[in-house]
Amino acid sequence: MSIAETSARSPAVLEAHAIRKSFGALEVLKGVDLALGRGEVVGLIGPSGSGKSTLIRCLNMLEMPTGGEVVFRGKRIGRKFRDADGATGIGTLRRHVGMVFQHFNLFPHKTVIQNVIEGPVIVCGTPKGEAEAHAMELLSQVGLAEKRDAFPSHLSGGQKQRVAIARALAMKPEVLLLDEVTSALDPELVGEVLSVIRRLADEGMTMAIVTHEMAFAADVADRILFLDGGRIVVEGTPDQTIRNPANERLAAFVSRFNH
Amino acid sequence: MYRWDFNVLWQYWDLFMYGLWLTVVYTFGSILFGVLIGAVTCAARLSGWKVLSLLARAYQEIFRCSPLLVQLLWFYYAFPLLVGVTIDNRVAAMLTLSLYVGAFYAEIFRGGILSIDKGQREAAAAIGMNPWQSMRRIVMPQAFKRMLPAFINQSVIQFKNTSLVSVISVADLAYMAAVVNGQTYRPLESYTVMAALYIAVLFPLTQVADWIERRMRASD
Ligand SMILES: Nc1ncnc2c1ncn2[C@@H]1O[C@H](COP(=O)(O)OP(=O)(O)O)[C@@H](O)[C@H]1O
Ligand SMILES: [Mg+2]
Repeated sequence: MSIAETSARSPAVLEAHAIRKSFGALEVLKGVDLALGRGEVVGLIGPSGSGKSTLIRCLNMLEMPTGGEVVFRGKRIGRKFRDADGATGIGTLRRHVGMVFQHFNLFPHKTVIQNVIEGPVIVCGTPKGEAEAHAMELLSQVGLAEKRDAFPSHLSGGQKQRVAIARALAMKPEVLLLDEVTSALDPELVGEVLSVIRRLADEGMTMAIVTHEMAFAADVADRILFLDGGRIVVEGTPDQTIRNPANERLAAFVSRFNH
Repeated sequence: MYRWDFNVLWQYWDLFMYGLWLTVVYTFGSILFGVLIGAVTCAARLSGWKVLSLLARAYQEIFRCSPLLVQLLWFYYAFPLLVGVTIDNRVAAMLTLSLYVGAFYAEIFRGGILSIDKGQREAAAAIGMNPWQSMRRIVMPQAFKRMLPAFINQSVIQFKNTSLVSVISVADLAYMAAVVNGQTYRPLESYTVMAALYIAVLFPLTQVADWIERRMRASD
């Protein structure tokens, strides 16, 4: 299936149009276009420093793009937290677009279940009992129901990351952004997190995944974007990219992960 | 050999107690106002508003870089001339003590908040919290724990600093000891009683401070 067919079949939930981002004089993103179709999984790969994190952080406005636009459900995202001037607010965007970080960023002063219900209760005003019931469902799905009252400092890296995923899912997001979520994990803990993501993909969750796990990306993603020097250099299916790279730079990049 | 005689001081016991009472009042009063001033100053410095933050910074530097004794003298003798109204020495004392400790508290609060990893704020933002929710629910509870030892330490120092208000004739413990000495010509006894009273109050306080600090470190 071609890229055109993919995006024609499913209208985009989250789009980036000509996104630029500079930090002072350093231009990190030089005009990036990206569209996430509903239920689509996009893998973002590229060398370190190529702007993958910056791009994915622009998608939920953790970084303010210095140029271009982010569009959610067909509506432009404004600069304000609240919806205003015909634009969707950043707060609204973030309520529907979840993010999982490389270093988990769990709230250390809250227990596992408190971490998970924090968003629904405080941001969405969900009654606590209801939020807890949903949280327990999610914790069971990631295999951590028995850790509900543990503090994050008592969890392994893999467990922390699964809680972080549950915390993001508790908001019932339409899109999930994952930034190198296994990079800080001991090798033996990577699998447990990847299998959770694999299952989310199977259930039809829309995701943008930054990863250095090439085999996983090829397996889980519908589409791969190769980012280099702040631009999308190659875009295509896993077969066209990771498995049979035609582009020289991509080939060199991918070959470093095939040992 | 000097013959100690504490008996002559007995009749002045109520003066000592009144002085100690005022010391406690000025200490806790200035801590209370200082916390308010410190919180506002800290907010101003972190507001991201250049002018506001610069003003807050200027206030802090002025009060942190001049001796409290100098500030007391200035507020009692110079400030009234500047604004053209006399101010009561007790008001000047409370005002100066509060502004002084507030400058230090602001720095303690700011340090505590800045010490929280920015990933915490990002995680809060990513689940849709607004900056206020993120500050109140995520950053503050963690920062509070971290700043508590420094806060208690500064407050203990404040208790000692309060003795300086005696130079503008506020009848605190140090002032009363001088009064008793003037009446009895017994400096050794008068000032020893004063010192003992300070230690009697501060020793338990520092023990509590150490205990809290140990607990904070253990639970990190
Ligand atoms: N907050 C920031 N301030 C300044 N430079 C930054 C900031 N964030 C990222 N950069 C720079 O932007 C470039 C791309 O970073 P990043 O998006 O993290 O790359 P990647 O995730 O692909 O490794 C790097 O050169 C990095 O140093
Ligand atoms: Mg990165």
